[in-house]
Amino acid sequence: MKYSVIPSIALVMTWGVSSAIAEVESLDPIKITTHDWSGQIITTTIMGEVLKQAGYNIEYVQADYIAQFAGLKTGDLHVAMEIWETTGREAMDEAIETGNVVSLGESGMIAIEEWWYPSYMEEVCPGLPNWEALKDCADVFATAETAPLGRYLGGPVTWGGFDEERVEALELDFEVVHAGTDAALFAELESAYQRKAPIILWLYEPHWAPAKYEGKFIEFPPYSAACYQDATIGVNPSAAYDCGKPTGPIWKVAWAGLSQKWPGAAQAISNFHVSNTEMSAMISRVDLEGQSVEGVVEEWLSANKDRWVSWIK
Amino acid sequence: MNFHLRDSLRNPRSFWLLLFASTWLLSSYSFPLYKALDARWIIKFPSAWQWQLDERISTFMAWLVEDAGFGLFTFRQLTRFLSALIEAPYNTMRAFLADGFHSGLGQQAVEIFPSMSWIAVTFLLVLLAVKAGGWRLAALVGGCFLYLVVFGQWQSAMVTLASIAIAVPFGVLSGLMLGILAYRSERFERLLRPLLDLMQTVPIFAYLVPILFLFGFGPVSALVATIIYAMPPMVRVVLVALQSVPEPLHEAGRMAGCTSRQMMWKVLLPSALPTLMVGVNQVIMLSLNMVIIASIIGAGGLGYDVLAALRRLDIGGGIEAGLAIVVIAIALDRLSQAFSLNVHSQARGSSVTQMTPLMYAVIALALTIFLALIGKVFPAIQSYPEAMVLTTGSFWDQAIKWININFFEVFEAIKTALLTYLLLPIKRFFVGIPWAWGIIALGLIGWRVGGWRLGFLCATLAGFVAANGLWRDAMITVYLCGVSVLIAAAIGMPLGVWAGQSERADRVLSTLVDTLQTLPSFVYLIPVVMLFRVGEFSAMVAIVLYAMAPALRYAAHGIREISPQVIEAGKVSGCTRWQLLWRIKLPLAVPSLLLGLNQTIMLALSMLVITALVGTRDLGQEVYIALTKANTGQGIVAGLAVAFIAIIADRILSALAKSSRARLGLAI
Repeated sequence: MKYSVIPSIALVMTWGVSSAIAEVESLDPIKITTHDWSGQIITTTIMGEVLKQAGYNIEYVQADYIAQFAGLKTGDLHVAMEIWETTGREAMDEAIETGNVVSLGESGMIAIEEWWYPSYMEEVCPGLPNWEALKDCADVFATAETAPLGRYLGGPVTWGGFDEERVEALELDFEVVHAGTDAALFAELESAYQRKAPIILWLYEPHWAPAKYEGKFIEFPPYSAACYQDATIGVNPSAAYDCGKPTGPIWKVAWAGLSQKWPGAAQAISNFHVSNTEMSAMISRVDLEGQSVEGVVEEWLSANKDRWVSWIK
Repeated sequence: MNFHLRDSLRNPRSFWLLLFASTWLLSSYSFPLYKALDARWIIKFPSAWQWQLDERISTFMAWLVEDAGFGLFTFRQLTRFLSALIEAPYNTMRAFLADGFHSGLGQQAVEIFPSMSWIAVTFLLVLLAVKAGGWRLAALVGGCFLYLVVFGQWQSAMVTLASIAIAVPFGVLSGLMLGILAYRSERFERLLRPLLDLMQTVPIFAYLVPILFLFGFGPVSALVATIIYAMPPMVRVVLVALQSVPEPLHEAGRMAGCTSRQMMWKVLLPSALPTLMVGVNQVIMLSLNMVIIASIIGAGGLGYDVLAALRRLDIGGGIEAGLAIVVIAIALDRLSQAFSLNVHSQARGSSVTQMTPLMYAVIALALTIFLALIGKVFPAIQSYPEAMVLTTGSFWDQAIKWININFFEVFEAIKTALLTYLLLPIKRFFVGIPWAWGIIALGLIGWRVGGWRLGFLCATLAGFVAANGLWRDAMITVYLCGVSVLIAAAIGMPLGVWAGQSERADRVLSTLVDTLQTLPSFVYLIPVVMLFRVGEFSAMVAIVLYAMAPALRYAAHGIREISPQVIEAGKVSGCTRWQLLWRIKLPLAVPSLLLGLNQTIMLALSMLVITALVGTRDLGQEVYIALTKANTGQGIVAGLAVAFIAIIADRILSALAKSSRARLGLAI
């Protein structure tokens, strides 16, 4: 929890801006949650270090992505920086409904998720990334358990995603197999990639995997809300979900009491904004090149000083 | 029922044959039957009859957390007060071992006194080991802690150790109290027993959300969950230990005019101490098992390192952090075992072992302060220099890659064969069983092995599962665990029999088993998925690896416990080695084997929540889904269903073990 105490002191010394900012409302520590993936820790550390510059006391608390809502509702935890539209929406809505949790808007990052395949599959299945190519080479992706159907490895059941419906609506000869966690998802990808074996699975961005492995997202007919709701719209006139997946924002949420106790901090967090490209670059440097989160964040802060200073004004 | 049928039900062989045949028939033809009779209720419990228990539990929990009160204070204030009681010693311990003492808040905090240096911690534990078990033990403990230092796991390991150091005393003390109460009042014991069963078998994920609400987010909730999970064996051990104090001691106490309090604290507990230490040992081991789950709700430490490493697919990092948990477990296990032996034989006389606790405390304090002062000048004394940290680097990743590239086809072939000929037929069998017949069949089995009371219990518990619409999930659970237990027993028991007869095999195997049991299953789950893909097969491999331990241990124990006279008698009457094994040793070890099987089933069920992470579709997944949707009721109902499966299996096997003991003429 105190892992970034030392670098933060270094930051204060380097810029010496903390004195320029007005008194903060309360010196009680603001508890920001960190989860077990680097992207989220980077986002959180950027926000935390910026708030420290504004004079706030920050405590990083390791918490589970979903279980943290219990803490956010009671005020044991205060801020969560990354709630993905795609995976956390239900828990977030449920928490906001209680009135104890509020959304602080979008983080600027957009979650992209779709069926993905490694580039070497283009040799055995020409026509990719167009989705119609999948119609002819489902058997390439088949395994003993799914044959004659192709095997598509989907995300955990809880991620939703309507892949069963999509397979049905687009008349693809695939069976959807659900991984239980994303760790299992990437373990299988790594294994197949090492052997150059056929695989098609659910990937998402921002994440290190699309940077590490060479491959492409499948191009399905573009998503529209109507395609999901109205059977008549889309490629298949008698089924919904006959298109690709929507992209979704990554949200910031906080305990409802945050804006009363630390209005300035709440404002600064609402202002926080980074892009997918920036984030993907930082994630690759941490996960693939083995640099430290603190180092990467420090570099970002010194390169983007104008931006974050405007957040805390 | 006509006479003929009744007769055949009395005859054990035809009873089992008949039961199996009818179950198999109904399982194979339940679907055509439903189509023919147009009765969907045959294969699916009618949703109109379902209990909606999950919603009621959710409402109740919401009330408990938000509104329940005792007039002066609310229920939540009470639990928050309790959590403050636990938090204070925890924070002190953690500051002592890992973080150092600070004053001020957040980044303005100033360190007043540093945490204990790695040299101090290691030295003090080694000293303790010398006192408890001599130099060999000291070398082992020292080696374990040096691993933590050299592989750069120290900081996280100390966070984990701090939580163990708090959870264990709490678990032991509350277990002791409950055990004593249960010993004194039979009524209380009857009340407590099912509660203990539930504490051990309901997956923690099922009640994580309410715990977080009640005890606050962070290490305290993790500690509470750890204590709930790790305490039950202590209660059981206390009860057994007190009950088995020999009668003459009671009499001696009464003659000396002991009050009942003196009797308990001066006579019964001291004489039961060696057995009590077994309970302490269990609490330590189970607490360490909880490290991963505790880290999910904010305990940090080694568990968090394992999770984070595997999210990066850094297998080596995961193994290093996982092994750190194993070495802590081994060090603490051997230390506590040595202490329990020491209680047995007080007389040992080297100068170190005569050290009093006071002397030890003085040495500890002096050393800590001394090293803290030097640490200011030489940072390497305070914390091991980072430049000297070793790492296996990409060795493990490369090793897995090599296996993956060269042997994947072989694994694939084995897997396909096992799936086609073993797993899928068994799955079809269980999933096909109509719920109504399942309830009846379980009732019959219970009645057959343990009388009508047991039959009634089994049928009721199975009815609960069906009435909550979880029958299909439960059957997939039974199938997955059943197959895994079968394979685990098929591997573990022969190895155990071997270990029971050969000292050398025993030494190797028990280290292996210790490692498999304390290494967080996450660590091997990821390589398993790489080699066997997502699905039930991977789940099965993970369950087998974890649940094999008790099958092996109890088999070895059972063989070793056979009295040498019996074996001698066998040899005298001219048995060959095979005959000795098959005719004498194995039959006599049956009660032990059954106990081992029982424990294997319990462990297999406790792995379900973990295997949900590789994509099974059973009750474990149901619990996991409930957790990710913060649905308290759904989680608890599915958790109870898991617990009920465990309880049914436990009761049936216990009844079997009891009757086989009776048949062998052993004491019950």
